Amino acid sequence: MRIIVCLKQVPDTNEVRINQETGTLIRDGVPSIMNPDDKNALEAALRFKDEFGAELTAVSMGPPQAKDVLKEAMAMGADEGVLISDRAFGGSDTWATATIIAAAIEKIGNYDIVFCGRQAIDGDTAQVGPEIAEFLNIPQVTYVKNAKFEGDKLEVVRYTEYGEYVFEVATPVLLTAIKELNDPRYPTIKGINEAYGDKGEEKIRVFGIGDLVVDSTQIGLKGSPTNVYKSFVPVKNKVSEIIDGNNSKDKANTLVMKLSELNLI
Amino acid sequence: MEIAKVNQGIDLKDYNDVWIIGELIDGKVHPVTIELIGEGKKLAEKINKKLNVVIVGHGVKGITERLLHFGVDKVLYIEHELLKDFNTEGYAITISDLIKERKPEIVLLGATSIGRDIGPRIAAKVGTGLTADCTKLEIDETDGKLLQTRPAFGGNLMATIICPNNRPQMSTVRPGVMAKAVHVDYAGGEIEVINPKISKDDLRVKLIDKIVSGKKRVNLIEAKVVVSGGRGLKEASGFRLIQELAEALGGEVGSSRAAVDAGWIESPHQVGQTGTTVRPDLYVACGISGAIQHQAGMHESKYIIAINKDKNAPIFEICDFGIVGDLYEIVPAMIEAINEKHFLEI
Ligand SMILES: Cc1cc2nc3c(=O)[nH]c(=O)nc-3n(C[C@H](O)[C@H](O)[C@H](O)COP(=O)(O)OP(=O)(O)OC[C@H]3O[C@@H](n4cnc5c(N)ncnc54)[C@H](O)[C@@H]3O)c2cc1C
Ligand SMILES: Nc1ncnc2c1ncn2[C@@H]1O[C@H](COP(=O)(O)O)[C@@H](O)[C@H]1O
Repeated sequence: MRIIVCLKQVPDTNEVRINQETGTLIRDGVPSIMNPDDKNALEAALRFKDEFGAELTAVSMGPPQAKDVLKEAMAMGADEGVLISDRAFGGSDTWATATIIAAAIEKIGNYDIVFCGRQAIDGDTAQVGPEIAEFLNIPQVTYVKNAKFEGDKLEVVRYTEYGEYVFEVATPVLLTAIKELNDPRYPTIKGINEAYGDKGEEKIRVFGIGDLVVDSTQIGLKGSPTNVYKSFVPVKNKVSEIIDGNNSKDKANTLVMKLSELNLI
Repeated sequence: MEIAKVNQGIDLKDYNDVWIIGELIDGKVHPVTIELIGEGKKLAEKINKKLNVVIVGHGVKGITERLLHFGVDKVLYIEHELLKDFNTEGYAITISDLIKERKPEIVLLGATSIGRDIGPRIAAKVGTGLTADCTKLEIDETDGKLLQTRPAFGGNLMATIICPNNRPQMSTVRPGVMAKAVHVDYAGGEIEVINPKISKDDLRVKLIDKIVSGKKRVNLIEAKVVVSGGRGLKEASGFRLIQELAEALGGEVGSSRAAVDAGWIESPHQVGQTGTTVRPDLYVACGISGAIQHQAGMHESKYIIAINKDKNAPIFEICDFGIVGDLYEIVPAMIEAINEKHFLEI
């Protein structure tokens, strides 16, 4: 059994600051992390590995430093890493990203499960997983809260705002993980030593445009059907009234009075 | 299988009309469908095109008839017994086939668990771009293209996305942010029943069970009043107080993500970027700092009340009325004052 996990390296959006004048991100000093949902996907794959001895390939597309998330995944227990990296891939939207990652997955080949996170915290699109599934022509289950094998089929619980749905599906299949799926483990000391040493480096393959069968009109900034037209910092222009009073009771009474005047109570 | 491609030099003039992909849950229309009809109508009028609603299902003719009371030009009803329950492939195949045949210019879906599941799959089948989770849609006055605005980087930044060379222009739209279409007595428009080509083998994922939680579903989106609690509550039992205030005001209980992460309340109550977007008449934030991701889900509320110990909390920048103080003193006093008021009116 082979499981491929798609991991994105993202800026920690808790730390992101915006340059109010230019409306651009201040990336300096913002730590990069493994996208949280992807870590849940990785953990689920590791549990299949623990249970069935699955081979686990971690895949990430991004600049050379995206290797860090592959090493982190290997420190947690992934067998190998694939870094998809090329200038030609820069500026890709979800269509182009999914096209490239699907081509890399085809090249790795022979997979039973492709695991993605539900969404990445920088873009929040949740589109790359389903688009990869379509390009690979395999079924998908998104918002996965639980996945287990029943015989040779997977039984998957999809968790939504309407309730939980239990699905049965044969492999190969693409699943997208949500945080309710599990609590990711920590890397072991042995894992860290191996992954961040020479041995780890050897287990990472790098795919560039020459290694993949992709149509160059479908990738990168030029191949992306969607473009950013403009970006801006959201404006706030509310006049806030802070209610004064001698004590809490006073303040609460004034507030309730104001709400009544506005017909809100 | 032939994979669809983008950038094939299509003639944009071949594409017409605005389509809404409707959503049914347990035989009821999801409110976001009515919101999308409201928004879609505005867009269709701007570009002088028609507004159609696509409904996928089985035995829901009554619903398609009711939708005609919202000013739509046509309901395209994709009817098949295999489409009775939601199924990614069944829905994606039949909807994308119809899009390829009829060539709409704009297609909108709700950014729900269903819309965000089939949206990318449909876009990938059709060969076009998709913009996720939009909060604002406009038509560019110069060339009629769709401007799709959405929050990025946790709401710190807004990005306007376009899809210039491919059609349809597709977006998923956040529930709760667009104004609903108005129901009118007169039923205009028509219903066209589509019999799709689909077989059992197309549906590779099989539904075997549905677990509905016995608890009352939280209905934050529809609520006129939302009272939310955050980390400032300090413990789970604090939500009893929040519940009491919500009851006194006739509203629902919301929360920040910190309160959900702490395990004090379940995630359906979460308001914000990764939770629900609410736009009630009154939003009361108790012990919530007002992080940008929280604001993303509530800043469009008509009136915002903030109760927080820290006078520098960002929530005070976006509130209408704020009280600096301990919520454990303020909230009980508010409940008392509200109840007294009701008493006086009787
Ligand atoms: C990708 C991403 C998505 C996110 N999505 C969401 C989302 O959807 N929704 C969301 O809410 N958050 C979201 N967050 C988290 C968000 O950044 C904040 O961490 C969170 O909103 C903080 O919750 P809080 O205000 O309850 O807690 P805190 O920020 O800790 O604030 C608690 C407040 O309570 C006040 N307080 C303490 N004691 C009292 C008292 N006795 N009386 C009155 N006030 C008191 C404090 O002064 C403080 O201001 C997201 C984060 C990321 C990175
Ligand atoms: N550059 C990338 N490299 C690897 N995986 C990715 C990349 N972009 C997206 N993904 C996967 O697709 C999921 C959804 O991403 P998104 O559509 O950007 O929200 C992520 O959680 C990842 O599993």
